[in-house]
Amino acid sequence: MDVTFYISAAVAVVATLAVITRYNAVHALLYLIVSLLAVSLIFFILGAPFAAALEAIIYAGAIMVLFIFVIMILNLGPQAARVERIWLKPRTWLGPAALALILAGELIYILISGGEQEPKAGTAVVGANEVGIALFGPYLLGVELASLLLLAGLVGAYHLGRRSGSEGSDSPGSGRPNGEKV
Amino acid sequence: MASIPANYGLLLAAALFVLGFAGVLARRNIIFMLLSIEIMVNASGLAFVVGGSRWRQPDGQLMFIFILAMAAVEVSLGLALVLQLYHHLKSLDIDKASRMKG
Repeated sequence: MDVTFYISAAVAVVATLAVITRYNAVHALLYLIVSLLAVSLIFFILGAPFAAALEAIIYAGAIMVLFIFVIMILNLGPQAARVERIWLKPRTWLGPAALALILAGELIYILISGGEQEPKAGTAVVGANEVGIALFGPYLLGVELASLLLLAGLVGAYHLGRRSGSEGSDSPGSGRPNGEKV
Repeated sequence: MASIPANYGLLLAAALFVLGFAGVLARRNIIFMLLSIEIMVNASGLAFVVGGSRWRQPDGQLMFIFILAMAAVEVSLGLALVLQLYHHLKSLDIDKASRMKG
């Protein structure tokens, strides 16, 4: 049973590595969905079935659909992939990748040499029942704040989308009030 | 049930986070940068779930739910900004948007 964790962890890392090296946006998106599904499987193995379901439904479902819509709207073709290939020369990413690798090495060292006895994860299932009780009990304020955040996001996305839509008509009431005069 | 050392779960979260971080640093297409930010957010959520599983508490999953809501807001606003930027600049190059005005 333990081996499923390591296999899905390897799948997640390889798929994520593929995401940040693809030229084509849709290919990267497909790899990201694979990575998210692998993480969802890891949640299930760790005894968090509710988080696993949310990961598959909201992350791999809803959020990725948003990305696909935007890529379809922008209509990125093979020419965009060619531009990506020009941008992604080794000298562009070699420096950041080396620095990030150093950080990764430090984190691996700290996490490996951290405790004398290793604490175990995934020995018990924390189901949706307990999560719901805690969510609407002591964490009720957090739920309210999350709803406020979602409302702010809704209003913000509506505002940004509306301005881009009314750019062509250029009515005097909408848009920036004093940007043109300067 | 599997019993995995919590170190390994945190190690995986750290690896995914570092990969996302490297993606943000290396890529210049703004859509790929948003994807990399998603990877980083997801990795932090994974760290929370591993912690919650280690102590057998629901708090880790609760934090994951909050992170999920935050990620949804961030993606919707970020993609709206990407569309706006594309209409203005006719390009997805983040370097073209490096100046605040113009």
